[in-house]
Amino acid sequence: MLYIIKRLIMVIPIMIGVVIIVFTLTYFAPGDPVSVALGEGYTQEEYDAQAEFMGLDKTYIEQLASYLMHLITKLDLGKSYFSNIPIESELMSRFPVSAMLGLFGIVLTVLIGIPLGIFSAIKQYTVLDYGLTALALVMAAIPGFVLAILCIVLFGVRLRWLPIMGLETPRHWILPIATSAFPGIAAMMRMTRTTMLEVIRQDYITTARSKGLKENAIIVKHALKNCLIPLVTIIGGSMAMVLAGSIISENIFSIRGIGTYMYGGISSRDYPVVMAGVLVMAFVVCVVNLLVDILYAFVDPRIKTIYGIRKNKRKKPAVMPGAESEVV
Amino acid sequence: MLRHLVKEKKESNPRTPEDISVKKALWQDVLARFLKNKSGIVGFSIVVIMILLIIFAPVITRFDYDAQSFPDRLLYPSALHPFGTDNFGRDLFTRMLYGGRISFMIAFIATLISAAIGTVFGSVAGYFGGVIDMIISRFLDILMAIPSLLLAIAISAALGSGPINTALALSIGGIAISARIIRATVMAIKTNEYIEAAKATGSRNLRIIRKHILPNTFAPLLVNATMSIGGSIMGIAGLSFIGLGVKPPTPEWGSILNVGREFIRDFWPMTVFPALFIMLTIFGFNLFGDALRDALDPRLKD
Repeated sequence: MLYIIKRLIMVIPIMIGVVIIVFTLTYFAPGDPVSVALGEGYTQEEYDAQAEFMGLDKTYIEQLASYLMHLITKLDLGKSYFSNIPIESELMSRFPVSAMLGLFGIVLTVLIGIPLGIFSAIKQYTVLDYGLTALALVMAAIPGFVLAILCIVLFGVRLRWLPIMGLETPRHWILPIATSAFPGIAAMMRMTRTTMLEVIRQDYITTARSKGLKENAIIVKHALKNCLIPLVTIIGGSMAMVLAGSIISENIFSIRGIGTYMYGGISSRDYPVVMAGVLVMAFVVCVVNLLVDILYAFVDPRIKTIYGIRKNKRKKPAVMPGAESEVV
Repeated sequence: MLRHLVKEKKESNPRTPEDISVKKALWQDVLARFLKNKSGIVGFSIVVIMILLIIFAPVITRFDYDAQSFPDRLLYPSALHPFGTDNFGRDLFTRMLYGGRISFMIAFIATLISAAIGTVFGSVAGYFGGVIDMIISRFLDILMAIPSLLLAIAISAALGSGPINTALALSIGGIAISARIIRATVMAIKTNEYIEAAKATGSRNLRIIRKHILPNTFAPLLVNATMSIGGSIMGIAGLSFIGLGVKPPTPEWGSILNVGREFIRDFWPMTVFPALFIMLTIFGFNLFGDALRDALDPRLKD
């Protein structure tokens, strides 16, 4: 429990720091939001009134403090320069679609990346390994949005197999999910391969072999579980990649999610919207990393011992023989 | 092997002939290992060919990247226009080459900025430790909490488009990564005897960092820089694609790709060629970076 609390407390200063950085960026951004909001032709009085209404007549510190206070006490992310709908309700209405896309993207990344990485590692120095490694290298060089465009050209326009806009039917989801998962798959494959190669060179794998266990049993029972634990930590990173990529990919596929909303904010220089989008995405990444760390603590006895996490009396898992020997 | 040689080099008097030969042997070793790596050579060749193409662009193509010609718009590839022409009748091959200039320049500048600032933060944090390390590390944690592309988008949206602003936007996300690498390396080097010896002879902290520590962080920094150039090129293309970064009429791969989307239904060259150039360049830098890492520190190899 202590570990979880410590980890939870660490999130707060990080999030406040993110708010300060993002706020400072937008505060010093060029352009005058007051005149943007008023449009053409206004008097000085109107200008001052609008500035006061938007809270822009105050100093930097006052503005930052009031932004933080609104955010913390009311979850209020401010107002867009151009529409009167509060940003947080707009974000909430768009969140499910983006979250679903992100979630499916991560699931696909894990389901494809990890098995391929494991195959690559256990067949090291074979044609399969070389082929998969080369594939991962090529995949890592293709940015998600470039792939999305190429897929639209090939599957949407040339072959006419898949729809390329919106999300009406399940078929509509194929391209957005596949293209957003793609760069993560390459990273996941490489990480899995490296981790697995490290694991199968450990002494406890040699021990398992010398006991006369079958190779399949060694891989599944001894190597796989030890290899999966470190991989849990990079899910946070993949999530970040998918989220940031969604700004571009949702726009390409005309999906009404948070990404498109932010894209609109960027093109119309609607800074509160951009700021809110960045904050929400950073928050999601923080929460995912938090969950991953907690999960990690529960599956890795080394961290459990450091922070004294006690679990109910359970049979000691036999899957971490190497880990136990490393506990200081 | 490498660590051993580095140590030997450091422990001997800096101006003796043996030292020079050891130094030479070290780099010969690295070069030999690099040359054995076929994919590294492929990556290196791609990078070199790209750089040569963009440097000698005016010699290679006789078109002007900005010369519009309305009758020649949206032509498919031919002998005259190897990649076809764009929606203003400009030669696409020429625009690819000049677009590469912008991308490479921004990527190099961004990488230099993030390496320089990251080195300062990382070496100070790693060398002094304690409260200074804690403050810097927490600050880096905050930077790392924002996905790098998202941070670049936010900064770019705030600063506006343009090559310098784009380089700045991309470099800030990279600072945290290079600072972390330098910090870890410095912390490892700090425990060596020759640092203690330097301290004992009365060297000041700044001198120790500059003369004894930073030269040893060069290898990991170089590897990180090579890898991050590929990532920066991806970032520039992405930013320009969504209308930040470099804006038309300046040729840039991402922005050409974005304009090409309008014609996606019946004109493929404007999307396929920029996509190919982006992918090939990133591919080259990735292969080169991997091989460089393996050559500089063979222990890291799988």
